[in-house]
Amino acid sequence: MQTGLEDQLGLYQKRIPIFTRSVKGRFRRFKTAVLVLAYSIFFLLPWVPWPRPDAPSQAVLFDVLGRRFLIFGLTVYPQDVIWLALLLFIAAILLFFVTGLVGRAFCGYFCFQTLWTDFFIWIEYKIQGERPARVRLFRQPWNREKLLKIGATHALWLLASFWTGLTFAAYFAYAPQLVLDFFTGQAAAAAYITVTALTLATYAAAGLMREQICTYICPYGRFQSVMYEAETLAVHYDAKRGEGAHGRASVRAGRGIVVERRSRERAEATVMEERRRVNRNSGERALAERHEQGLGDCIDCGLCVQVCPVGIDIRDGLQYKCISCGLCIDACNTIMDSFNFPRGLIRYDSEKNLASTTPAAPRLEWKRLKIIGYGAALVLMSAYLVYSISTRGSFDRAVSQIRQPLYVVLSNGDIRNRYQIRITNKAAEDQTYQISARGIPASALDVGHFREITIKPGHSGMVQASVRLSPALAAQTQHFEILITPMGKPAETRAEVIRFDTPSLRP
Amino acid sequence: MSEQKLQSQTVQTTGHAWDGDLQEYNNPLPVWWVYTFYATFIFAIVYWTIYPSWPFGKGWIGGLSDITYVNSAGETKTHSWNTRALFLEDMNKAAVAQKPYFDKVQSMSYEQISHDPEITAFILSSGKALFADNCAACHQAGGQGVVGFFPNLTDDDWLYGGSYEQIHQTLVNGRRGYMPSFGEVLSGAQISDLANYVASLSGIAHDAAKAKAGDVLFHSETAACYYCHGVDAKGRKEIGAPNLTDGIWLWAGVAAAPSGEGKVAAIRTVISGGLAKGVMPAWGGRLSPEQIKVLTVYVHDLGGGV
Repeated sequence: MQTGLEDQLGLYQKRIPIFTRSVKGRFRRFKTAVLVLAYSIFFLLPWVPWPRPDAPSQAVLFDVLGRRFLIFGLTVYPQDVIWLALLLFIAAILLFFVTGLVGRAFCGYFCFQTLWTDFFIWIEYKIQGERPARVRLFRQPWNREKLLKIGATHALWLLASFWTGLTFAAYFAYAPQLVLDFFTGQAAAAAYITVTALTLATYAAAGLMREQICTYICPYGRFQSVMYEAETLAVHYDAKRGEGAHGRASVRAGRGIVVERRSRERAEATVMEERRRVNRNSGERALAERHEQGLGDCIDCGLCVQVCPVGIDIRDGLQYKCISCGLCIDACNTIMDSFNFPRGLIRYDSEKNLASTTPAAPRLEWKRLKIIGYGAALVLMSAYLVYSISTRGSFDRAVSQIRQPLYVVLSNGDIRNRYQIRITNKAAEDQTYQISARGIPASALDVGHFREITIKPGHSGMVQASVRLSPALAAQTQHFEILITPMGKPAETRAEVIRFDTPSLRP
Repeated sequence: MSEQKLQSQTVQTTGHAWDGDLQEYNNPLPVWWVYTFYATFIFAIVYWTIYPSWPFGKGWIGGLSDITYVNSAGETKTHSWNTRALFLEDMNKAAVAQKPYFDKVQSMSYEQISHDPEITAFILSSGKALFADNCAACHQAGGQGVVGFFPNLTDDDWLYGGSYEQIHQTLVNGRRGYMPSFGEVLSGAQISDLANYVASLSGIAHDAAKAKAGDVLFHSETAACYYCHGVDAKGRKEIGAPNLTDGIWLWAGVAAAPSGEGKVAAIRTVISGGLAKGVMPAWGGRLSPEQIKVLTVYVHDLGGGV
């Protein structure tokens, strides 16, 4: 036998399997609602039709080859990358804002990892049964039953993962055609690679790794932790109430001040015993009895630990693994209800409130500089994004002065500047644009034969323009405007103010 | 502290003892490390089979992966994988993708090109690259030239003509500009007279009396300037003789000279010394006809043509 080696600190901790007990309650209902909503959107959106003249009729289609995103009535081109930047900014600020207010709400209710893990646990539960049955199955040797149940679970996980991957790919190609092509072996190599990679990643992340993703891999969980303030609402165990003077104890301890900590395996029996007892006593009487003996309200049933998807004991205090999903609140409230004890032994509360001598009812404290700052940034950026999208023109334009040389003196002394005009048609159909100038004589602008230029949707047109002014006029002209008017839409005319350089202005 | 803790623990030894008490700790490598090490062996073998690896005789073992491409001559070439073949594949792919555009340029007339936004945009970008590779060394990146050396292509003064056909001619066959030196033929006073006359043509401050004498000399058989520059001094595009009446000076540093006398002196230098440096090389043998046509349009559009 090796000695001495066992005590060395390992760099890798072997995963302790977690078998979560299912629970009913407010937070479970909310989580389920979010899951159903998110899944409906994710899995059904690629199948929503939307008539399009120049692309497959799919409501949301990320057309990578065409270099555009088609999102319902909106076409997004690479030039609109500012929207993506804004969206990411908004998402980040929203995360900070929400985390400052109610902790890791994103982790607990909305994160993909949480949603998919939840779904996979549900599959596991449907096939293998409730927690005790799953623990038993895990411990028993490999036999026919275990093989069938575990095999079926993993098969369903893989199927769910596969459909997840395929659905993701369907956002990038016409969904019905993609699915058909995929199964007949005619889809693009990129589709097979994407679907395979996502299938394996989903299976590994939601089926095998689960809370390890949140604990070891995810950076967001970690940096959200530092955004907590004393006023932030988070899932807390009210230790003062739960532990009393002598700690938590099962109700049996009521016979005397003997603090007996129950092992979790015996929790079931304890709960049943408690229930019988409570049927005889009212909740208040039982509590008064306990308080007299200096016992806390926690009956140490361990249910809050059993339901936890990351396998922690919330009664040890706020900890980095907690994804703030609220299931322990549901579990504890269920137990408190069954004894007619008041709810909220585990609840959303702030550190500050819990630490105060007379805790008030937990409430959202938003009057903090950080929260107001984030809130203001959120409102401003969202407003700008909405404004930017709603006032988008049907075309993009850029007029740049050719700077090599900045100006040319012509043989009769006139001065010429040249410009490059780029127009990008963002409308869904061919569009003709008129180019004209304001602030200089009409004859001074020369755009060759492209005073009117027709551009295909999603394409750019480049026009060389030159402006020729007599020395006298040039001396007075420092700026002028180039006007670009889509034919038939004079309201969408856009003017670009540009420079005119002359030798006399040269330093 | 942790170090002390570790030392106090018993670590397994290899079981041998030398000199009575000299023992060796047995600290095996971590299992994950060992297996990663074995995995690198397998990776290497797989890599050797796919990619070129071992020298062999005068060549090397090419590996199983190939690169196949169609070159610009339409031949299909296959090489074993190497970075040079990869580069050739990329270049040929690009050339094949560009070919329809070059073909289109070649098949269109200049007039048609000037009406076609797509081809114009293609010429703006491909012409820019061709110009940068072949022309910018002398004419500068923007075609603005260098006074005294290389003509400015962005103005409206063209020594040999600025029409598409004339630019094409210049590009294909090159040009050789020449002006004899008059320093030993004429006296200093005569050259000074001529310089004042030339300055007067484009409104530069000059000595009117000298200019009058220069006028005579210009049109006389002694200097015979008008042979090349024309009776009206507006130049002759057939031989590249510049127009002396406009405001554009390529050879004489007129624009840079601060005063009227300096400008006249700059002109005098050119008359006295002559010129033999106006050489434009011929590109007909170096660039393909399509490339020359693209450059023709590009250069024409630099100055807006004539």
